[in-house]
Order: sequence, then C-alpha cells, then structure tokens
Amino acid sequence: MAATATPEISRSRAPADAAGERRRWFRGQPFWLVAPALLLLLVALGLPLAIVTLRSFSEPGWGLQNYVWFFGSPVNLTVLQRTFTISAWVTLVCVVAGYPYAYAMTIVGPRVRLILILCVLVPFWVSGVVRTLAWVILLQDSGVINSMIRGVGLSPIKLIRTQTGVVIGMAQVLLPFMILPLYAVMKTIDLRLMQAARSLGASPARAFVQVYVPLSLPGLYAGAIIVFILALGFYITPALLGGPRSTMLSTLIQNQVLSLLNWGKGGAMGVVLLVATFVLLALAAPLTRQPHKTGSRR
Amino acid sequence: MRLPARILLGLFCLLVAVWLIAPTIVVVPMSFNDKKSLAFPPSGFSWQWYQNFFSNPEWSSSLVSSLKVAVVTAVLATIIGTSAAFGLDRMKSRVSGVLRAVLITPMIVPGVVLAVGIYAVYLDTQLVGTLTGFVLAHTMLAVPFVIIAVSASLEVFDKRLETAAISLGASRLTAFRTVTLPLIAPGMLSGLLFAFVTSFDEIIVALFITSPYLKTLPVQIFSSITRDADPTVAAVGTLLFIATSLVIGAGLLVGSRQRKR
Repeated sequence: MAATATPEISRSRAPADAAGERRRWFRGQPFWLVAPALLLLLVALGLPLAIVTLRSFSEPGWGLQNYVWFFGSPVNLTVLQRTFTISAWVTLVCVVAGYPYAYAMTIVGPRVRLILILCVLVPFWVSGVVRTLAWVILLQDSGVINSMIRGVGLSPIKLIRTQTGVVIGMAQVLLPFMILPLYAVMKTIDLRLMQAARSLGASPARAFVQVYVPLSLPGLYAGAIIVFILALGFYITPALLGGPRSTMLSTLIQNQVLSLLNWGKGGAMGVVLLVATFVLLALAAPLTRQPHKTGSRR
Repeated sequence: MRLPARILLGLFCLLVAVWLIAPTIVVVPMSFNDKKSLAFPPSGFSWQWYQNFFSNPEWSSSLVSSLKVAVVTAVLATIIGTSAAFGLDRMKSRVSGVLRAVLITPMIVPGVVLAVGIYAVYLDTQLVGTLTGFVLAHTMLAVPFVIIAVSASLEVFDKRLETAAISLGASRLTAFRTVTLPLIAPGMLSGLLFAFVTSFDEIIVALFITSPYLKTLPVQIFSSITRDADPTVAAVGTLLFIATSLVIGAGLLVGSRQRKR
C-alpha cells in the first residue's frame, strides 16, 4: 500500500525545500532519541561489567592472582574445556537438526509452513525453567525416553546428570535460534538455480551441495555463532539437567560469588567467559554477511 | 526432489518437531497428577495443583510480582526502544551500524556474568529485592528486542509519507501521531510483547537480585524444582502455555484480518 501511494506524492510536490528542512531538523535530533537507551545500557550493563572486571583485579588484593589461580587450576581448565566442548556439541546437533528443517520450510506449501513455524515458536511460549523441568522428567532413568528404549528391547541409557542429557536439553532450547536465521537466508535462494545446475548435467546431490549449500552459508554461520555463544553462557539447563561431571563455567561463577562470596575469583572467571564470547563474535561476524546482498531484491 | 527423499525429509522434520514441542506438551498431563510426584505418565486426576497455585500465597504473590515487573518493563522498554530505533533510522549508516551493535549487546553477554555485576551494583545501592532494581535490569535486557522489532517496521516505512503530511500543513507532532505511529504500530506491539515475555521469563539476573520480599515467578519455580517434586510447577507451566497460546492466537487472527482488508 505504502509503496504505491508515495511516488505520486513525491512527483506532485517539489521535494527540495521539504527535504532540506527535514535534514536540518534531524541533524541534532537522532542522537537524543538514542540517548536514553545508551544511558540505560551504561548504567545497567556497562557499570556492572566494569565492576566485575575491576574486582577480578582488585579482590582480595591488587594484581593478577585471580587469573593465575584460574589458569593454574586443572579443575577450572577442565570446566572451561568442557564448556566449549558442550557448546560445540550443541551447535553441531542444532546444525544437523536445523538445516533440513529450515530447508523443508522453504519448499512446502503455506499451510504446512505455518505448522512448521509454530513448532519452532512453541518452545518460546513456555517458561524456560518449566521446559527444563520437563526435560528432567523425560530424561530421568524411569522416564519416557528410557521406557521407549526398553520397549524396543535395548538396555536403558543414563541420560539425566550426564553430558548427553545436557546437550539434548540445551539443543532443544537453542534450536529456534538456528532455524530462524537459516530460514531467513534460505527463503531468498532462488530454487531455479538448482534446476539450472541440473539442466547443465549436475546430479541432484551435486546441484544441492555445489549451488544451494554455498548460498545458504551466511544463514548457517549466523545461526551457528549465535547458538554457540548463547550455549557458552548457559546456566539453568546445565544446573538442573547436569551432574557434577557436566558442570559448566556459569555454574562455577555463580558458586564462587553466591556461595563462597569470592568476588575476585568469580570475576576473573566472568571476564574469561566474556572475552571468549566477544573474541568469537568478532572472528565470526564477517562470515555471516551475505555477499550478493547488493543485487536486486526479490 | 524425488519421492523417497521427500518422505525421508518429512519424517526427519516430524522427529525434530516432536523434539521441539515435547517438553511443552508433557507438562499438561503432569499438572493433573493426584499424587505429589513429578513422574510421567502421571496417575489419577485432580485439580489440586491449580488450587494450590491460586491459594498458596507464595505462588500467587510471585505471579503478582512478575506481572508488575513485566508490565512496567514492557512499557518502559517500548518507549526507550522505539525512540532509539527512530534515532538509528535517521543517522548516517556508519554511525548507526556501530550504535546498533552496541545496543544489542545485552542479548549476547553471558547471563551469569551480567547477573554477578548487577548484584554487585545493587548491593551498594540497596536495590536488591526492589521493584526498581528488577525493572531497571529487565528493561535493559528487553530494549534490544524492541529496537529490532521497531527497526524492522521502519525499514519498510516510507519516510516520504511523513514529509508529505508536513508539507501539506501538518505539524511534526500531528504528522508523527497520525501518519507514522499507525504505520509502525505493529512493530511496536510485537516489541512490547517481546519485552513483556523477556521480563516475565527472565531468571538468571532475578535469581541474584531476589529477596524473600520480592520473588518473581521463574525464581519461585526454580526454587520449587530444586526443593521438592511439587506438581504445582506443572500447573503453572500449563497455565502459561494456555495464556501465551491465546495471546498469539489473537495476534495471528488480527494479523490475518488486517492483511485481508
């Protein structure tokens, strides 16, 4: 509607004076419109993170002792490594489950697509804590999943309080963050490109791998990086589904601060997690750009 | 795509869909359990956990606190976020690109690190366990969602419409109120809903800054889970599921009616 109405308006009125006036009015204005958000960010995000960083160097005394402690303790290094391993597994599971799902969303009719989208969004409708509780019930030794495994005649698997259980629960929570960016990119891919490749002699599989997959990579990278980063900082799911052998960094931080009142050590761990997050983001950001974005929009 | 491949893809998607919605659905039958256990499948049938949710002051007061915090947060975040989205829209693209990246950092900062920092600040300023404290932290977390939602509608909004209204004699305020605002209202509304949900569902910061006098619903659920197997949690989950389904269903209905018009 808006697109059809405007060309007439701009044609009938000489836009020169109006545009000039508009530019003058907007010059000082935009910053003041953003200022409240920036101020809020400074007070509620900048200040807290600054204090965490400061305390990691200043408590109990000034120096690097908290970092020396963190990187000198095998327990901490194991947990750090495990945090990355679990996040990598979660990302992998999300890619394997999300890629075909997002692809299916682009090739089905509108009604099936609505159902598929609803299935992605339903997890957002129920409180994250309640969902984790549901996983505790589903995964427990006498739970539904193990009854099914026993029903098929296999021996039950230990799922609750294991890394496998944590990965299953976390991947379910994070899967929408994989599917939505993937779908956003995939729906802009022209499926006729694959037909063209086939008509030039490529097999269906080759057409898919050499034409479709490269075009979908920006969405894949975007989804993977957001899943990995969110997984690194996960707290509730590992705390409830995991056991002592699947502790992640967030749980250690919470423990240092709330239980041991050790702000310095907790702060140092927080800074490590924060730095890891931002370094990863900076490294991965260029991968998520769509190279052909300047072309005609469809 | 050939038929066998299509069937295989269909089955795979069905499996993923089940995995996505199973934890949401499983809560419903558990809420009618007649024993105090969280076993699945549940035994018997009773309404007692729903009764408990509404009559036990611990649960009902946490619901009221959560609603209070979420409503104030949603309104504040929508105002601040919409204003920021407008500012970003009217800046040079290089400046707005940097600012946009800065403004969405709350979405990627690890929750526990942020919670530790906020807890430290609140301890010094006596904001632990206060409504102001919750609203301040939740608004900061919710603003990025509003900025994203409103920016999306501003992207398709034709600014010349506003210029046209002004050139035809409308004051800036009138042009904004009668032309711009109605056209970006859907974006603001979805931002408002996102902000509400962000606050209503937030738990990590809430766990740190909570007090016996002010507990939000997720904190109450969390402590109930870690304390004992109380099916009231399942009843809460079911009620939340129904409430959100109704809101989203209404939204879809309004949306499709608008498109038809």
